[in-house]
Amino acid sequence: MSESSATPTPAGASVDSGNTGVGGRVPSADTTPEGPISAQPVTGNKTKVRPGDRIFRGLTTGSGVLVVVLIGLIGLFLLVQAIPSIGLDQVNFLTSREWSTNDPANLRFGILDLLLVTVATSVVALVIAMPVSLGIALFLTQYAPPKLARPFAYAVDLLAAVPSIIFGLWGLYVLAPQLAPIASWLNDTLGFIPIFADGNVSSEIGGTIFTAGVVLGIMLLPIITSLTREVFQRTPVAQIEGALALGATRWEVIRTTVLPFGKAGYISASMLGLGRALGETIALTIILLAPSTTFGGSIFDGGATFASKIASASSEFNDPRSVGAYITAGLVLFLLTFLVNFAGRAIVSGKKEYR
Amino acid sequence: MNFKRHGAALGIVAAGALLLAGCGGDPTPPGGSANSASSSSTPVDCGGKNPLSAEGSSAQKGAIDLFAQAYGQKCAGAQVNYNASGSGNGVKQFNGGQVDFGGSDSALSADKGEVSAAAERCKGNPAWNLPMVFGPIAIAYKLDGVSNLVLNGETTAKIFNGSIKKWNDPAIKALNSGANLPDKDIQVVFRSDESGTTDNFQKYLAAASNGAWTQGAGKSFHGGVGNGAEKSNGVASAVQAVDGGITYVEWSYAKNISVAKLDNGSGAVELTSDSVGKAIDNAKVKGEGNDLVLDLDALYASNTPGAYPLILATYEIVCSKGYEPDTAKAVKAFLTVAATDGQARLADKGYAPLPKAFQDKLLTAIQAIA
Amino acid sequence: MTTATLDVNQPATPPAFQHLSTGRRVKNGIATALVWLAFLVAVIPLVWVLVSVLARGAHMVANADWWQQSLGGLLGDDVGGGVYHAIYGSLVQSLMCAVIAVPIGLLVAIYLVEYGRGRLAKATTFMVDILSGVPSIVAALFIYAMWITTLGFNRSGFAVSLALVLLMLPVVVRSSEDMLRLVPDELREASYALGIPKWKTIVKIVIPTALSGILTGIMLALARVMGETAPVLVLVGYSGYINYDLFSGEMASLPLLMNSERVSNPSPIGTDRIWGAALTLVIIIALFNLAATLLSRLVAPKKK
Repeated sequence: MSESSATPTPAGASVDSGNTGVGGRVPSADTTPEGPISAQPVTGNKTKVRPGDRIFRGLTTGSGVLVVVLIGLIGLFLLVQAIPSIGLDQVNFLTSREWSTNDPANLRFGILDLLLVTVATSVVALVIAMPVSLGIALFLTQYAPPKLARPFAYAVDLLAAVPSIIFGLWGLYVLAPQLAPIASWLNDTLGFIPIFADGNVSSEIGGTIFTAGVVLGIMLLPIITSLTREVFQRTPVAQIEGALALGATRWEVIRTTVLPFGKAGYISASMLGLGRALGETIALTIILLAPSTTFGGSIFDGGATFASKIASASSEFNDPRSVGAYITAGLVLFLLTFLVNFAGRAIVSGKKEYR
Repeated sequence: MNFKRHGAALGIVAAGALLLAGCGGDPTPPGGSANSASSSSTPVDCGGKNPLSAEGSSAQKGAIDLFAQAYGQKCAGAQVNYNASGSGNGVKQFNGGQVDFGGSDSALSADKGEVSAAAERCKGNPAWNLPMVFGPIAIAYKLDGVSNLVLNGETTAKIFNGSIKKWNDPAIKALNSGANLPDKDIQVVFRSDESGTTDNFQKYLAAASNGAWTQGAGKSFHGGVGNGAEKSNGVASAVQAVDGGITYVEWSYAKNISVAKLDNGSGAVELTSDSVGKAIDNAKVKGEGNDLVLDLDALYASNTPGAYPLILATYEIVCSKGYEPDTAKAVKAFLTVAATDGQARLADKGYAPLPKAFQDKLLTAIQAIA
Repeated sequence: MTTATLDVNQPATPPAFQHLSTGRRVKNGIATALVWLAFLVAVIPLVWVLVSVLARGAHMVANADWWQQSLGGLLGDDVGGGVYHAIYGSLVQSLMCAVIAVPIGLLVAIYLVEYGRGRLAKATTFMVDILSGVPSIVAALFIYAMWITTLGFNRSGFAVSLALVLLMLPVVVRSSEDMLRLVPDELREASYALGIPKWKTIVKIVIPTALSGILTGIMLALARVMGETAPVLVLVGYSGYINYDLFSGEMASLPLLMNSERVSNPSPIGTDRIWGAALTLVIIIALFNLAATLLSRLVAPKKK
């Protein structure tokens, strides 16, 4: 699914390998059972390292360093270009909800509203995607007829291959009209709860956080599913058989063995899905309407996320001071996804049993 | 073995890509050549610098594309590269001597020092603002059962700043005596991105609303109500999606939507090429001589019968003198073609063709470039 | 490894307790129903999206001109033309991205598998993970800030390729790393025993063994970056004409064409072009996926 996702690739790549996905990501290769023996190079007699080896080693190590430096460079370049604009900002860039950059001499921009809308869309998406993904992962590992499990898994992975611009267009032109009655029903019956209150954009047009969240949720399904599935597959067979031997039903087997074992992996997968949702660009740019008031806490509000704000302004990038405002938004988004991904990885990195 | 087999597979992919690269082509634009053959009364002195370079307003990009097409047909092989990076950039690049002419939604401003910078770029000669491209802005709406809506400046301003919230508001009723206006919420749709269309629309509201519009102008919408959609087509499709929607949008985007008539005190005026032409004809030039800066505020507030005043005027900014000789030749040739042959398909793109009298004014100015 | 092969409903020997309490049975039934439902919920949008794209775009791609012509010189409501210019742009931008990303990615993977020990290896693994989580719009902004603002280059197709490198790199590293780890150590040991230097062992033994898997990963990564929209929005302008020059000028690509028609073409022809381009993109991505599957089937990766 286009935008830089962390999932293993759909078709063949993840099929046979035992260590794709969460488990394979664990740093420290030296404990991996399949780890090559190269830790102890064959140095029977103390010969010098051959020049070819030295060059090759330098080349590969240099590439490794490059990746590390690259992340630093991203942060650095964004920071360097954001600082002048933050300095020119007439309002507080963290707490203001204004966004007005067309007069470079009077920049007024704050990220608060973008942050709230970004989080709101992602939360709606996760509320939809998390339970469904859990169901799919259980289905694929525990319920599906063994012969069909692989084709079914392939079908779910195919969702990830559909570019997000297509999801966006489909969401706005095909799905939104179908969602409108559901939205108005939610609004009518549960309107007394603030998150279902009347929004600040027209619900008939459909460009609400609700619509965007549903589409985003669908886009997250394959990501969360594939990582969760891999962890579930690692549930020790002995545990499952033990539960079966005690007369457990299939659901009880899942509840007592698969879920406790895979919980951390599932949460980690959801975090990675969240990271993906926070940065989703074009689908949200297409769907979300911009209200003329700020975000009021309802899922029927409109708004702009960090990414959609940047994308819709990109054709007017000409004055460096105005661009700096958008780069500031990009920097905050970068830090946000960094933290979320970091947390997602940290949850599983300590788990030996996932390897 | 493996390597060979997969090398071959990769080779097939690469070969496929190369094969693809060999067989494509640009299509022949329909109708283009037929037009140029028929309408060429004005002689054009082709030649000079090729390609010309220009930069600026994205609002006139579509018109410039047509002009460039006509220019290429009239003067074989002649090209114009127009980079639609925004008015501000157009002025900056022109004044810096990077491009041969600039495109801008507003005339050069003396306050910002643009006039003097331009004079310096033109080796001490003044730069001229030539309003070559006019785009009418339609007030488009969707309201079941109402197809003949009439609005005036004041009512429009009140709708777009939220003072009028229902379609059956007395102010709207007063303008549409026969219509069956429903008790529905008005859903205002505005441009969420920064745009010259929004700027001009708000200038119009400020000038024509008897003080009802106090929000000022600018490239972002200041009405404080409604739904923001992205770009012209975004607002057009959003307004079509909701019964009771209303928006402002360039004319070409309102082809499939109902467009309100504007009443400026002397009767309702429909948006047509003729009514726009009449407004352009009546526009006052406030620049001197061949510097055709328009007084848009006066135009917006005018009540000429049969004239549709809500238009976006965009300028080409050129040197009156001070070009290299072959640059001057090409600029003159291009602008001449633009003002004559280039007008042919403008209406399709949502721009208003120049009325005859105004066309003559422009041609006089273009011929005076040296 | 999985329990999916065990048929849970038919124990080998009848359990002592034949009778399940109603509560347990109902719970089990509900769980089963919910799990099946979840799967259906995932399949419905997939089918729905594909059917929508197919139904709305099929009549456009069925025309030979669609694959051979550009939209140059055509107005928004002119029938005809095609997306050749955008297909060319998409392929060339992605291929240029692969030319940069694949060697680097492969080297990083080799480093992680064959050399990487200690802190740097941990940092690299971690940063690859972080890189795979960097949103495409951030990658685009980074290239904008570096390539266009700081280094002063113009917007071009090549700038897009650079941004795509950031997105493709982690995918290539991951898939290559996995494949290299699958290469049995016996092969390496045998090679060392013959006195072959380590680098030659890697180049001549390890990589060829893992090659089919690596290529599969590359094809899938290519298919993925081809659908990226955010970088093309920020880093290159749209042109309806064919532009063969990756390094200068405006250059179309399929996502950019779809977006450009979406924001600027009000006529029904524009809608046709959007869905036609969407179907074209789906077809191309499907072809790349198919190629990847074929590659992986051709020679399954060597296992221990």
